[in-house]
Amino acid sequence: MRKISLQKIDLMFAEIANNMSLYLPVDQNDGKAAYTKWEEGKKWSNALNTVKSPKDFFFPQTEDMMEFKVEGKNVEVIDTRKVSEDFVVFGVRACDVKAFDILDRVFLVDPRDSYYATKREHGIIVSVACTRPSETCFCSAFGIDPAEPKADVSVWKTEDELFMQSNTEKGEKLLKMIEGLTEEANDEKVKEQKEQISKIMKKLPLADLDTSKFGGGKTDDFFKAPEWDELSETCLGCGTCTFVCPTCQCYDIKDFNTGKGIIRYRCWDSCMYSEFTRMAHGNNRNSQKERFRQRFMHKLVYYPENNDGIFGCVGCGRCVSRCPISMNIVKVMKKLGGKENE
Amino acid sequence: MNNTNETLIPKVGVITDVRIDTADIKTFRVVTPDGKKAFEHMPGQCAMLSIPGVGEAMFSITSSPTNTEYMEFSIKKCGCVTEWLHQAEVGQQITIRGPYGNAFPVDSDEFKGKKLLFIAGGIGIAPLRSVINYCRYYRDDYKSINLVYGSRSMDDLVNYNEIINEWAKDKEMYVYLTVDKEDPDWVKHVGFVPNYVKELKYTPDRVAIVCGPPIMIKFTVAALKELGFKDTQIYTTMELRMKCGVGKCGRCNIGSKYVCKDGPVFRYDELGELPDEY
Repeated sequence: MRKISLQKIDLMFAEIANNMSLYLPVDQNDGKAAYTKWEEGKKWSNALNTVKSPKDFFFPQTEDMMEFKVEGKNVEVIDTRKVSEDFVVFGVRACDVKAFDILDRVFLVDPRDSYYATKREHGIIVSVACTRPSETCFCSAFGIDPAEPKADVSVWKTEDELFMQSNTEKGEKLLKMIEGLTEEANDEKVKEQKEQISKIMKKLPLADLDTSKFGGGKTDDFFKAPEWDELSETCLGCGTCTFVCPTCQCYDIKDFNTGKGIIRYRCWDSCMYSEFTRMAHGNNRNSQKERFRQRFMHKLVYYPENNDGIFGCVGCGRCVSRCPISMNIVKVMKKLGGKENE
Repeated sequence: MNNTNETLIPKVGVITDVRIDTADIKTFRVVTPDGKKAFEHMPGQCAMLSIPGVGEAMFSITSSPTNTEYMEFSIKKCGCVTEWLHQAEVGQQITIRGPYGNAFPVDSDEFKGKKLLFIAGGIGIAPLRSVINYCRYYRDDYKSINLVYGSRSMDDLVNYNEIINEWAKDKEMYVYLTVDKEDPDWVKHVGFVPNYVKELKYTPDRVAIVCGPPIMIKFTVAALKELGFKDTQIYTTMELRMKCGVGKCGRCNIGSKYVCKDGPVFRYDELGELPDEY
């Protein structure tokens, strides 16, 4: 384990940024944190987490995929893919680290998505333990330990120091790069912090969220449940939950005519939108109830069925704090699990 | 440039023939610019066709894999991409990628050595044509072949010439055509497909392959069950909105299945396990 004094942290950022692009949560003008490219003067945010998740780094909100040249009846396909360069995403929370694993199981399974894969190969993730988990956090319900975030490098921040542990070859490479600024450390203070975090976690209001009723093979238990009517009644279909969600991966592919050629790009889409499944001969999910149900059934039943029981939610709490009508997966799980009054 | 394969990047295809089937259905012949098939496929599999700047959509491949020269797509005019295609002329280049999805189990014991009963409604003949011609090519692998095919009117029957001049003349292939409404020029059966299937009194010693509009499939399957067919003897092919074709964009997700990669071909007992929203 290595450590660095927090007073020297900007030197460390500068050293990394000298070698490759470095992104980290920085407070914006509105006071909210967002991943920002580091440059001299940018300060690492103290916020618990960013409004948008870091999935953007590997699965961008919009991404050009290819171009076409059309002349008369002729079409030319131009492969515009680039190999990503190494970059560092610093300060990722344990929930968002787990979300990358969930996305990997979609994009990296055969046939591998090369757009996602090249960024994933070149991205180095530095995770940071959560010393102040909030009341909207429920990562522990999904087996995630916020005190033990497992990325390429795990980081623990104390009052005056930053402790670092590499977990992968990529992480080792990064720690080597900043070796001159860091010193060997024992893990006493980290152990202390882990114990403290674990005490806080037990006191969180959502700590006892029960996932045991959900999982693969449970479609019949929930699909026809009458509770969906009430749960979905006020859903506006705005899609905010899917956009802030670190694991939502549905996308659309569209063409844009620039005047000089046609760009085919992909962009985030949402199963909450009525257009999502609409086709020429009809729509197989006509009501907002059906679309609402699809989103939660996918995270709680369908995804685990295809992925060794792993849920498609990491308990980051973004949907809890961002939904304009205060509906969220916690309420859905409690209601369907028969615990809505707790 | 990234040199790894990427399924989402299509090849160029050229339309080399356009056949007018009905007022709103045309069959397009597609090859690569150097005159070859874009890729090999199995009966029931699909391809993504696109017109850059207009859009991309999934179509079943109506030609049989045994056709070594080209691929064909029977396409009904019903949206942006299809309307554009219907205006296209021979020589027009488009893009093509695939094959996507699973196929009918033509090479397994589920089909081999069995009597096959194909039941189609309207444009539903498009995916079945690939299977029928494949089975006709490897004729000795299968027992008798029956086709019950219906559409709104005689002018709406797709692929009529091939059905009458080739399929109906085959040994041990029996073709039964029907139209919904009477017509002075139509001397064959009048009535809906599900009723016709019942009238023909098919015994459940066959494999049934059903494709057509959702309502036609629903009543045909009910008719087959009345005749004693089990879910495990009935196959269909599904259609849902798709963008990627490889189970990642989320659009065609039904339960734990993705129609684009786990389907489009499903046996009825498999369908029964999925939530009812297709």
